[in-house]
Amino acid sequence: MQPKFVEVDRVWLRYGHDNGTLALRSTTLAVERGEFIAVVGPSGCGKSSLMKVVTGLCPVTAGTVKVEGKAVTAPLTCVGMAFQNPTLLPWRSTLANVMLPLEIVRPHSSRLRRNRAAYEAKTRELLALVGLEGFERSFPWQLSGGMQQRTQLCRALIHEPSLLMLDEPFGALDMFTREDLWVSLQDLWMARRPTVILVTHDLREAAFLADRVLVMSARPGRILAERKIDLPRPRTHEMIFSAESAAIVHELRGHIGASRVAA
Amino acid sequence: MMGNGSMDMSEATDEEIATVRRRQPLLDRQYVRRALPWLVIALFFLMWEVAVRTFAIPEFVLPAPSAIFAAGWEWRAAILDNAWQTLFTTVVGFAIAIVFGVLAGVAVGSSTLVYDSFYPALIGFNSIPKVAIVPILVIWFGIGTVPAVITAFLISFFPILVNVATGIATLEPELRDVLRALGASRRQVIMKVGLPRAMPYFFASLKIAMTVAFIGSIVSETVAANKGIGHLMLVASSRFEVPLAFAALLVTGVMGVGMYVIAGAFERRMTGWSVRGIEGVGLIPQG
Repeated sequence: MQPKFVEVDRVWLRYGHDNGTLALRSTTLAVERGEFIAVVGPSGCGKSSLMKVVTGLCPVTAGTVKVEGKAVTAPLTCVGMAFQNPTLLPWRSTLANVMLPLEIVRPHSSRLRRNRAAYEAKTRELLALVGLEGFERSFPWQLSGGMQQRTQLCRALIHEPSLLMLDEPFGALDMFTREDLWVSLQDLWMARRPTVILVTHDLREAAFLADRVLVMSARPGRILAERKIDLPRPRTHEMIFSAESAAIVHELRGHIGASRVAA
Repeated sequence: MMGNGSMDMSEATDEEIATVRRRQPLLDRQYVRRALPWLVIALFFLMWEVAVRTFAIPEFVLPAPSAIFAAGWEWRAAILDNAWQTLFTTVVGFAIAIVFGVLAGVAVGSSTLVYDSFYPALIGFNSIPKVAIVPILVIWFGIGTVPAVITAFLISFFPILVNVATGIATLEPELRDVLRALGASRRQVIMKVGLPRAMPYFFASLKIAMTVAFIGSIVSETVAANKGIGHLMLVASSRFEVPLAFAALLVTGVMGVGMYVIAGAFERRMTGWSVRGIEGVGLIPQG
């Protein structure tokens, strides 16, 4: 059997020492290369902890994490990450913010100086893909919340990472902006096909974007249920409110309800 | 009818808004704003002058501004000479404080190990009144320029260190994660994000450090020097030349404001992004 791209095998995570908070309890999941999965669950269930474990930012207490068949023991390099908070650098323009990873990740960091024009063109192209044409020279405070999030998504993708980790990236946006960004994110994913792990508590978001949704229990988190989403792509705005989407959301809601009762 | 009427009304209003400029209140005008600080100072001196004359306060208790300015003019050569000395020692001490303050700030802010091990000692050291150190410095280096420079350095070093360290240590954890997941080294995190982020803190600290550096060098000159504004004031008051002592004070104040303005100009140039068009609120240092 071919190894999966990401394999999390019976992982336990406890913060601090013996009596610290238990965040993950025997969590197991696997993600195929190029797959888009969403992890949903009640707030504080350890979704973000799962992300930290997969990227190696947080060492596991027990169990193993493998990415591309290799055990993760130190922070992975070359992962794209985006959070609820845009975390843009206020002294950099949109263009320079998006190009930040190119200054750090090899082999781009050593090529950047000689091929700046080519890299800039590539960055502009990516920005245009999410509708930020003409805002390359703007500073973060001149952008709306949705535009800042688009910029952050571009920053997470500019170095063409094979793994993209998204931690509630649309959590702080209004409904309309959020739905637009779902479509933008889908476009980006279909153009680049990175493996995506999206953590969210928005079930409609999970149903709209993911190939597969994993439902986590309340803390300490573990995977309770799994739901494959077979809606055709590219998915459109109309599909958010289709009967199929509604049925999936309803089903996921049922799992989460059950997990809260159990907790 | 009603609908039509209100349509007309709103059109008229739009036009009015476009064409009719409202008169700006006097206190909002640019040139009035510029003149206000000078006006306040002038008024302050005027009231002082009037009070001294009305209550016939003797000159050796509180000289009138006119007497102070007269003394300042009379002793201008001595004042300039000594002010230059003070400015020199202050700037040298301050420059050394910037170098060491930034280096130590980066070390303290970026490593919890360094922070935990050095911070208590630094706080302890900072709570020692610097005037108490001057006699020791005199034993080591003799009286004159060196103790003044070192005192200015010691007193202005700490605010710079604390602010740079705060700027670097308060990096958002998410941003740190983003950078670490890209494989950024600790040095890259500091150079790309930590230091630029600390710049507004650094410049805020410069304004404080600049003014306390003056306090440091003048205190040292008062205790142990044969030159400088502090020395001049000591000599003037021992000879009951009270107007001269006040003139020296005035010159110190002017130098302090001048350096503050220079630091502020640098701040606006370097960290305009952190102000976003809102005028920064000046910090008034205590010393």
